[in-house]
Amino acid sequence: MERIPILKMGDLLLVTIQVDMHDRLAMTLQDDLTTRIVKDRAKGVLIDISALDLVDSFIGRMINNIAAMAKILDADTVLVGMQPAVAITLVELGLTLEGVKTALNVERGMSMLKPGSQP
Amino acid sequence: MIGNDIDVMVVPLRADEDVVRLRQVLRECLVSIGFSLIDQTKMITAASELGRNTLRYGGGGEAHIEKVMDGSRRGVILSFIDQGPGIADADLALTDGYTTGNGMGLGLGGARRLADEFELTTALGAGTTVRISKWKLF
Repeated sequence: MERIPILKMGDLLLVTIQVDMHDRLAMTLQDDLTTRIVKDRAKGVLIDISALDLVDSFIGRMINNIAAMAKILDADTVLVGMQPAVAITLVELGLTLEGVKTALNVERGMSMLKPGSQP
Repeated sequence: MIGNDIDVMVVPLRADEDVVRLRQVLRECLVSIGFSLIDQTKMITAASELGRNTLRYGGGGEAHIEKVMDGSRRGVILSFIDQGPGIADADLALTDGYTTGNGMGLGLGGARRLADEFELTTALGAGTTVRISKWKLF
Protein backbone atom coordinates (compact mmCIF):
# COMPACT_ATOMS: atom_id res chain seq x y z
CA MET A 1 0.00 0.00 0.00
CA GLU A 2 1.45 3.37 -0.92
CA ARG A 3 2.43 5.60 1.95
CA ILE A 4 4.21 8.89 2.33
CA PRO A 5 7.39 8.38 4.36
CA ILE A 6 7.71 10.08 7.74
CA LEU A 7 11.20 10.77 9.02
CA LYS A 8 12.11 11.10 12.67
CA MET A 9 14.75 13.65 13.59
CA GLY A 10 15.19 13.81 17.35
CA ASP A 11 11.76 14.66 18.65
CA LEU A 12 10.65 16.10 15.33
CA LEU A 13 8.78 14.36 12.58
CA LEU A 14 9.43 15.48 9.00
CA VAL A 15 7.10 14.74 6.12
CA THR A 16 7.98 15.78 2.59
CA ILE A 17 5.04 15.49 0.24
CA GLN A 18 6.32 14.98 -3.28
CA VAL A 19 3.44 13.26 -5.00
CA ASP A 20 0.10 14.46 -6.21
CA MET A 21 -1.94 12.83 -3.45
CA HIS A 22 -5.33 11.31 -3.99
CA ASP A 23 -7.77 11.64 -1.12
CA ARG A 24 -7.18 8.18 0.33
CA LEU A 25 -3.44 8.75 0.46
CA ALA A 26 -3.99 12.05 2.26
CA MET A 27 -6.19 10.30 4.84
CA THR A 28 -3.55 7.63 5.33
CA LEU A 29 -0.91 10.31 5.91
CA GLN A 30 -3.12 12.00 8.45
CA ASP A 31 -3.57 8.75 10.37
CA ASP A 32 0.08 7.72 10.06
CA LEU A 33 1.34 11.07 11.36
CA THR A 34 -0.97 11.06 14.34
CA THR A 35 0.10 7.53 15.23
CA ARG A 36 3.77 8.46 14.92
CA ILE A 37 3.41 11.58 17.09
CA VAL A 38 2.28 9.35 19.92
CA LYS A 39 4.67 6.48 19.21
CA ASP A 40 7.75 8.70 18.89
CA ARG A 41 6.64 11.24 21.49
CA ALA A 42 7.21 13.96 18.95
CA LYS A 43 7.20 17.59 19.99
CA GLY A 44 7.05 18.97 16.49
CA VAL A 45 5.83 18.11 13.02
CA LEU A 46 7.28 19.67 9.89
CA ILE A 47 5.23 19.30 6.75
CA ASP A 48 7.23 20.21 3.67
CA ILE A 49 4.94 21.14 0.79
CA SER A 50 7.55 22.88 -1.36
CA ALA A 51 6.99 20.27 -4.08
CA LEU A 52 3.21 20.69 -4.12
CA ASP A 53 1.87 22.87 -6.89
CA LEU A 54 -1.63 22.37 -5.59
CA VAL A 55 -3.35 22.51 -2.22
CA ASP A 56 -7.12 22.13 -2.40
CA SER A 57 -9.68 22.14 0.41
CA PHE A 58 -9.21 18.44 1.11
CA ILE A 59 -5.46 18.77 1.58
CA GLY A 60 -6.06 21.99 3.51
CA ARG A 61 -8.39 20.12 5.82
CA MET A 62 -5.82 17.35 6.21
CA ILE A 63 -3.24 19.93 7.29
CA ASN A 64 -5.66 21.52 9.74
CA ASN A 65 -6.56 18.11 11.17
CA ILE A 66 -2.91 17.14 11.59
CA ALA A 67 -2.20 20.42 13.38
CA ALA A 68 -5.23 20.00 15.65
CA MET A 69 -4.35 16.42 16.54
CA ALA A 70 -0.72 17.37 17.10
CA LYS A 71 -1.81 20.17 19.43
CA ILE A 72 -3.90 17.76 21.49
CA LEU A 73 -0.81 15.59 21.74
CA ASP A 74 1.30 18.59 22.81
CA ALA A 75 3.19 18.98 19.55
CA ASP A 76 3.49 21.95 17.20
CA THR A 77 3.07 21.85 13.46
CA VAL A 78 4.95 23.94 10.92
CA LEU A 79 4.07 24.03 7.25
CA VAL A 80 7.09 24.62 5.09
CA GLY A 81 7.67 25.88 1.56
CA MET A 82 4.24 26.87 0.31
CA GLN A 83 4.47 27.96 -3.32
CA PRO A 84 3.20 31.50 -4.06
CA ALA A 85 0.56 30.34 -6.55
CA VAL A 86 -0.74 27.96 -3.89
CA ALA A 87 -0.91 30.72 -1.28
CA ILE A 88 -2.83 33.00 -3.64
CA THR A 89 -5.24 30.22 -4.55
CA LEU A 90 -5.86 29.23 -0.92
CA VAL A 91 -6.89 32.77 -0.05
CA GLU A 92 -9.28 32.92 -2.98
CA LEU A 93 -10.63 29.50 -2.13
CA GLY A 94 -11.45 30.87 1.31
CA LEU A 95 -9.41 28.30 3.16
CA THR A 96 -7.73 29.31 6.40
CA LEU A 97 -5.03 27.14 7.88
CA GLU A 98 -5.61 26.86 11.60
CA GLY A 99 -3.09 26.12 14.31
CA VAL A 100 -0.31 25.84 11.75
CA LYS A 101 2.76 28.01 11.67
CA THR A 102 4.36 28.55 8.30
CA ALA A 103 7.97 28.87 7.27
CA LEU A 104 9.83 29.36 4.03
CA ASN A 105 12.06 26.35 4.38
CA VAL A 106 12.86 23.41 6.62
CA GLU A 107 15.68 25.21 8.46
CA ARG A 108 13.48 28.11 9.47
CA GLY A 109 10.68 25.71 10.25
CA MET A 110 12.83 23.77 12.65
CA SER A 111 13.95 26.91 14.45
CA MET A 112 10.29 27.78 15.04
CA LEU A 113 9.53 24.61 16.87
CA LYS A 114 9.82 24.36 20.61
CA PRO A 115 13.24 24.96 22.17
CA GLY A 116 14.84 21.69 23.08
CA SER A 117 13.32 20.08 20.03
CA GLN A 118 16.38 20.46 17.80
CA PRO A 119 17.76 17.04 16.80
CA MET B 1 -16.53 21.42 -35.78
CA ILE B 2 -16.08 23.48 -38.93
CA GLY B 3 -14.38 26.82 -38.48
CA ASN B 4 -13.63 26.32 -34.82
CA ASP B 5 -10.68 24.81 -33.08
CA ILE B 6 -12.29 22.89 -30.24
CA ASP B 7 -10.92 19.88 -28.46
CA VAL B 8 -12.90 17.96 -25.86
CA MET B 9 -11.35 15.46 -23.51
CA VAL B 10 -13.50 13.27 -21.31
CA VAL B 11 -12.10 12.17 -17.95
CA PRO B 12 -14.15 9.61 -16.03
CA LEU B 13 -14.48 10.30 -12.31
CA ARG B 14 -15.06 6.98 -10.56
CA ALA B 15 -12.25 6.75 -8.03
CA ASP B 16 -9.88 8.98 -6.05
CA GLU B 17 -7.09 8.37 -8.55
CA ASP B 18 -9.27 9.79 -11.34
CA VAL B 19 -9.21 13.19 -9.65
CA VAL B 20 -5.40 13.07 -9.70
CA ARG B 21 -5.47 12.16 -13.39
CA LEU B 22 -7.89 15.01 -14.05
CA ARG B 23 -5.46 17.48 -12.46
CA GLN B 24 -2.59 16.19 -14.58
CA VAL B 25 -4.51 16.19 -17.84
CA LEU B 26 -5.87 19.64 -17.12
CA ARG B 27 -2.40 20.95 -16.27
CA GLU B 28 -1.10 19.86 -19.68
CA CYS B 29 -4.07 21.48 -21.38
CA LEU B 30 -3.70 24.78 -19.52
CA VAL B 31 0.03 24.91 -20.21
CA SER B 32 -0.61 24.37 -23.92
CA ILE B 33 -3.04 27.29 -23.97
CA GLY B 34 -0.40 29.48 -22.35
CA PHE B 35 -2.06 30.27 -19.03
CA SER B 36 0.09 31.78 -16.28
CA LEU B 37 1.10 29.57 -13.38
CA ILE B 38 -1.34 31.33 -11.10
CA ASP B 39 -4.24 30.86 -13.51
CA GLN B 40 -3.28 27.22 -13.93
CA THR B 41 -3.22 26.71 -10.17
CA LYS B 42 -6.58 28.39 -9.66
CA MET B 43 -8.25 26.38 -12.38
CA ILE B 44 -6.79 23.04 -11.36
CA THR B 45 -7.73 23.68 -7.75
CA ALA B 46 -11.29 24.51 -8.83
CA ALA B 47 -11.35 21.34 -10.93
CA SER B 48 -10.08 19.29 -8.00
CA GLU B 49 -12.92 20.59 -5.83
CA LEU B 50 -15.61 19.98 -8.43
CA GLY B 51 -14.20 16.61 -9.45
CA ARG B 52 -14.28 15.53 -5.84
CA ASN B 53 -17.89 16.68 -5.54
CA THR B 54 -18.85 14.65 -8.60
CA LEU B 55 -17.21 11.62 -7.05
CA ARG B 56 -18.35 12.02 -3.44
CA TYR B 57 -21.79 13.51 -3.77
CA GLY B 58 -22.74 12.72 -7.35
CA GLY B 59 -21.98 9.03 -7.16
CA GLY B 60 -19.30 9.36 -9.81
CA GLY B 61 -19.51 10.88 -13.26
CA GLU B 62 -17.20 12.55 -15.72
CA ALA B 63 -15.36 15.74 -16.46
CA HIS B 64 -15.24 17.29 -19.91
CA ILE B 65 -12.28 19.50 -20.73
CA GLU B 66 -13.02 21.70 -23.72
CA LYS B 67 -10.10 23.63 -25.09
CA VAL B 68 -11.20 26.65 -27.06
CA MET B 69 -8.75 28.30 -29.41
CA ASP B 70 -10.76 30.17 -31.98
CA GLY B 71 -9.72 33.43 -33.54
CA SER B 72 -10.71 35.88 -30.86
CA ARG B 73 -10.24 33.92 -27.68
CA ARG B 74 -8.38 31.12 -26.02
CA GLY B 75 -9.47 29.31 -22.96
CA VAL B 76 -10.91 26.23 -21.36
CA ILE B 77 -14.43 25.19 -20.42
CA LEU B 78 -14.76 22.44 -17.83
CA SER B 79 -17.95 20.53 -17.21
CA PHE B 80 -18.51 18.19 -14.28
CA ILE B 81 -21.44 15.91 -14.93
CA ASP B 82 -23.11 13.35 -12.72
CA GLN B 83 -26.43 11.50 -12.65
CA GLY B 84 -26.59 11.62 -8.90
CA PRO B 85 -29.22 12.89 -6.47
CA GLY B 86 -28.95 16.53 -7.49
CA ILE B 87 -28.74 19.52 -5.15
CA ALA B 88 -31.91 20.52 -3.35
CA ASP B 89 -30.93 24.10 -2.55
CA ALA B 90 -28.27 25.53 -4.84
CA ASP B 91 -27.93 28.81 -2.95
CA LEU B 92 -27.32 26.95 0.27
CA ALA B 93 -24.83 24.66 -1.42
CA LEU B 94 -22.92 27.71 -2.65
CA THR B 95 -22.60 29.14 0.86
CA ASP B 96 -19.09 28.87 2.25
CA GLY B 97 -18.90 26.38 5.05
CA TYR B 98 -22.05 24.50 4.12
CA THR B 99 -21.43 20.80 3.60
CA THR B 100 -23.57 17.68 3.63
CA GLY B 101 -20.44 15.60 4.11
CA ASN B 102 -17.23 15.96 6.06
CA GLY B 103 -15.71 18.62 3.89
CA MET B 104 -15.05 22.27 4.49
CA GLY B 105 -17.93 23.41 2.32
CA LEU B 106 -15.69 25.51 0.10
CA GLY B 107 -15.79 23.53 -3.13
CA LEU B 108 -18.65 25.14 -5.04
CA GLY B 109 -18.15 28.70 -3.80
CA GLY B 110 -14.40 28.35 -4.14
CA ALA B 111 -14.63 27.09 -7.72
CA ARG B 112 -16.88 30.01 -8.54
CA ARG B 113 -14.32 32.46 -7.14
CA LEU B 114 -11.37 30.79 -8.83
CA ALA B 115 -12.89 30.57 -12.29
CA ASP B 116 -13.94 33.34 -14.66
CA GLU B 117 -17.41 31.92 -15.26
CA PHE B 118 -19.48 29.48 -13.25
CA GLU B 119 -22.75 27.74 -14.02
CA LEU B 120 -24.60 25.22 -11.89
CA THR B 121 -27.40 23.11 -13.31
CA THR B 122 -29.10 20.73 -10.94
CA ALA B 123 -32.42 19.35 -9.81
CA LEU B 124 -33.40 16.79 -7.21
CA GLY B 125 -33.22 13.34 -8.75
CA ALA B 126 -31.90 14.72 -12.01
CA GLY B 127 -28.14 14.90 -11.52
CA THR B 128 -25.81 17.87 -11.46
CA THR B 129 -23.67 19.66 -14.00
CA VAL B 130 -21.20 22.34 -13.00
CA ARG B 131 -19.48 24.30 -15.73
CA ILE B 132 -16.53 26.65 -15.19
CA SER B 133 -14.32 28.46 -17.63
CA LYS B 134 -11.20 30.54 -17.80
CA TRP B 135 -10.07 32.74 -20.64
CA LYS B 136 -6.68 34.01 -21.59
CA LEU B 137 -6.66 37.64 -22.56
CA PHE B 138 -4.23 38.69 -25.19
